[in-house]
Amino acid sequence: MTHTCHTALALATLIALGGTGLAQAQAIKIANIVELSGTGASAGTNFKNGVELAIKDINAAGGILGKKIESTTLDTQSNPGVAKGLTQKAIDDGVFAVFGPVFSGSIMVSMAETQRAEVPNFTGGEAAAITQKGNPYVFRTSFTQSTAMPKVARYIANGLKAKTVAVMFVNNDFGKGGRDAITKALEANGVKVVADISTDSGQIDFSAPVLKAKSANADALFVYTNEEESARALRELRKQGYSKPIVGETTLTGQKVIELAGEAANGAIAHVGLTVDAPNPLMLKFKARFYQDYKYISDHNGIKGYTGVYLLKAAIEKAGKVDRVAVAKALHGLKVSAAKNPGVLMDVAMDDHGDLDRESFLVEVKNGKQEVKEVLPALNAAK
Amino acid sequence: MTDFFQLLFSGVATGSIYALAALGFTLLWQASGTINFAQGEFVMLPAFAMLGFSAAGLPLPIAFLVTCVLAVVVLGWGFKRGIADPLLRHGLMPIVVATIGLSIAMRNGVRAGYSAEAHPFPSLFGDALFHIAGITITAGDVGTLVVALALVLGTQAFLSKTVTGRAMQAVAQNTESATVLGINVPRMVFYTFAVNALLACAAALLVTPTYLAKFDMGEGLGNKAFFAAIIGGFNNSRGALLGGVIVGVAENLAAAYVSPAYKDAVALVLFMAVILFKPEGLMGKKEMRKV
Repeated sequence: MTHTCHTALALATLIALGGTGLAQAQAIKIANIVELSGTGASAGTNFKNGVELAIKDINAAGGILGKKIESTTLDTQSNPGVAKGLTQKAIDDGVFAVFGPVFSGSIMVSMAETQRAEVPNFTGGEAAAITQKGNPYVFRTSFTQSTAMPKVARYIANGLKAKTVAVMFVNNDFGKGGRDAITKALEANGVKVVADISTDSGQIDFSAPVLKAKSANADALFVYTNEEESARALRELRKQGYSKPIVGETTLTGQKVIELAGEAANGAIAHVGLTVDAPNPLMLKFKARFYQDYKYISDHNGIKGYTGVYLLKAAIEKAGKVDRVAVAKALHGLKVSAAKNPGVLMDVAMDDHGDLDRESFLVEVKNGKQEVKEVLPALNAAK
Repeated sequence: MTDFFQLLFSGVATGSIYALAALGFTLLWQASGTINFAQGEFVMLPAFAMLGFSAAGLPLPIAFLVTCVLAVVVLGWGFKRGIADPLLRHGLMPIVVATIGLSIAMRNGVRAGYSAEAHPFPSLFGDALFHIAGITITAGDVGTLVVALALVLGTQAFLSKTVTGRAMQAVAQNTESATVLGINVPRMVFYTFAVNALLACAAALLVTPTYLAKFDMGEGLGNKAFFAAIIGGFNNSRGALLGGVIVGVAENLAAAYVSPAYKDAVALVLFMAVILFKPEGLMGKKEMRKV
């Protein structure tokens, strides 16, 4: 009896071992290389949660071409050097694709590694320069600043009828890229930038920059900083009684910013490429799904991560094989409709540079919630 | 000119927070020769403890009191028995390294155990605004300043006016003589650690609404407080207050009138200047090294 028991056990172990071995051989391995600490913690955590949720959903629905996805997560500490090292490590581990980092400064450095190894790399970074370096393996999950800023500038010029604007930005790749893009876009719309206010990443006290913004006496203020700093800026603006319109791009009205800034976030207006409050049933379903798993409401970075994985899925299916080079080729010029691939949430088109195009929204914070004021059509659709 | 005063005032409010943390540095140094590089994390942990107790349904003042008790046990007694006592015997270097290690462990412990994201923290004083001669001041700024000042001065008075305080000072100045005089030296040293833990709790209560509860919030705070303590004078508690306010104000003025990019360099420049020209600090006393 004992003997049979042992044999059975050994057999079971063998089968189990063989089973996992087989699954591993077939799985599509991806690496999440994101900011889980440091200034990018909010953005990175959301992005990672979005990616993991998508993987769960895809695996539950049978995987991609019958293969399951496996993911590992690594923390860049919001440090480009660490991001580069971790990317190298992930490549050595033989991942099929890399997701992240979200911070522009990090992806600018780490994407050289994925390019060399010909590994598709999805990023949440928005700096215009990322896709201007001719890297065929980097793909965005959201707008570039040079797509988003003209939409913001148009709103400031036509919607707010502002003649002068003060620009407050964070002094890193993301902030400087945004500052350059908005300045150019505003000038193209005949709006003058009268104050150029630099702030630090991780800055605590915003009294000096806000004072500068006030004394510039512009018709509107454009704020372009990361999550925590945006919250502190909004609070200080409220404190010093700033009364002109406060406009931003995506981050300014993010869920985390609203949570941190509290009442001071009310009235802030931003153009967002992605929002869980979009009037779109798929997006609402995603919002509920995300909340169910993580007990908080996703911000745009969560959507970036989630839809990014579905973009990869669509590309692998288009290529018809799990081959990195073929998939990267398939991604260029890929058009995915939400009706056929609900996971992308909104119709999306990827161009030859890895930039993407889709509808976007103008939102205002009211009573601590984002409210969509206007749906702006995709750039190509507008033409 | 109103701009200047606006900056000055918010600088003083920030500075008074640096002063609270700096006071902890000078206290521990004076009483036990410990330099605690985990001082910033000593502020961060109570902030998370208060958040935790608040989440468990306790109102903020009660959460603060519970946290104080916990801090005295963990950050006071535990820190003294676990780290300071065994290591101090071997000189200053081991304890410096150990507290740096402790700060890294605390930061990453909170990151792994709680979350890496920033969390909002309720303000004790509400969001009321006052406009005085063109300057806008929040109730939070005034409250922070008043409470921090009261705490620094209160600690001063405790040290110089009460029997226990004087005994603590005696231990700090000359441990052997204090023992001969019948002062319970280990107990006095423990009191210092306990006071340090309480100051850290108070600092947490005051700074977290602005800093936001985040695992790395102590990093910058600890550094600034250390600079403030050196600038003011490491062996003088009043020096900590002066140093803190100087750093806070200088930073704010530099951000507005020079460039925000150099904001964080200001404390360092002041620190270097003091080290070069007045190494005992602005209010410190020169110390002779006994051979």
